[in-house]
Amino acid sequence: MPQLDPSNYAGQIFWLVISFVALYWVLVRLALPRIADVLEARQHKIDDDLDRAAAAKQEADKVLAAYDKRLAEGRDEAQGLLRQAAEEMAAEAAKRHESLAAKLAGEVKAAETRILEAKTAAVRSIGEVAAEVAQSAARRLIGIEVDGKTAGAAVEAAMRGSD
Amino acid sequence: MAETTTEAGGGHGGGGGHSPLEQFEIHTIAEFKLGGLDLSFTNASLMMVIAVLLVTTLMVFGTRRGALVPGRLQSVSELSYEFVANLIRDTIGNEGRRYFPLLFTLFMFILFGNLLGMVPYSFTFTSQIIVTFAMAIVVFAGVTVLGFMRHGVHFFSFFVPPGTPIWMWPLLIPIEVISYLSRPISLSVRLFANMLAGHTLLKVIASFVALMGVFGVLPLAGVVALTGLEILIAFLQAYVFTILTCLYINDALHMH
Repeated sequence: MPQLDPSNYAGQIFWLVISFVALYWVLVRLALPRIADVLEARQHKIDDDLDRAAAAKQEADKVLAAYDKRLAEGRDEAQGLLRQAAEEMAAEAAKRHESLAAKLAGEVKAAETRILEAKTAAVRSIGEVAAEVAQSAARRLIGIEVDGKTAGAAVEAAMRGSD
Repeated sequence: MAETTTEAGGGHGGGGGHSPLEQFEIHTIAEFKLGGLDLSFTNASLMMVIAVLLVTTLMVFGTRRGALVPGRLQSVSELSYEFVANLIRDTIGNEGRRYFPLLFTLFMFILFGNLLGMVPYSFTFTSQIIVTFAMAIVVFAGVTVLGFMRHGVHFFSFFVPPGTPIWMWPLLIPIEVISYLSRPISLSVRLFANMLAGHTLLKVIASFVALMGVFGVLPLAGVVALTGLEILIAFLQAYVFTILTCLYINDALHMH
């Protein structure tokens, strides 16, 4: 096995040490600090962005809360207006209803008075007619001339009695 | 024959050899001797350098713009960064941050070593026991030093499981010491053996492709499936090496 030939050991170790130390030096001097910087910068950037995103979210939440509040206020306002309008309309309706009722009641009353007047007039004319009928009936049946006054009183008494 | 085999199987190996272990042979690219030591630049060294360059490209040029929204390369580099960082946080905790650069380098180096080995005609330097053992022994020594620095002489109590009766100590302490000392061996052999076995198996099965003629499609399908498995193992072994190192560091910091 070539690996067990000690004649090349010194050379192998020599070149191993040289290349390993060279690699170590290059990595420590150039590569590793740079990568560490980049990783750190990236972490910073990510943290910053996350912070900014959190702030923006907070801001958005605030705006949303304000919007919700404004919306609720608007809704309340609208409901108030609606209620007010409904109340006004109800009051107006009640008022009109009342005035209409009053007017109708007046008309009814007037009509009743007219009816009463007509009735009394009719009753009076019935009395007169009855008195005339009684006068002519008395003249024809028993030949007595009853004057109008007496006939009227008799009819009136009869009508009162029949009531 | 073996050359076509290797090509057909998309396998591994650096040239026309018959042995499946041929692919682990080290070839000198540029001679370099220092005080009697042969420090030549070899194909293994080349792959190490390529791994370093690839990781550097990924990690340095991938993050060049440092964009807030990452592109592809940057995503991959950030992903690997966070993967290792999470690994350390889960096993060691916040204290582990100090060891992050080392553990990250270790993870990326082994991962790219393993993955580079999957490229046909390349070389897997993590299949060299000396390489894995060198890394493991450094981890072991470092962790031991860390333990003594943190706890002083009390670190020896690490070898006594808490709550054991005193008459068990003569039995338990040697066991604990042996298991502690075998850490670098198990750490290095695990990675080495996984790479060795996987690549050898691929090579062996790939050699059947040409031998079996028309029926070579069967081993070919096997090689394709095994290549997928080997890529998984490349990730897994880099992960295992790193997480075990994390656990050892955690042991040294927090004892039991």
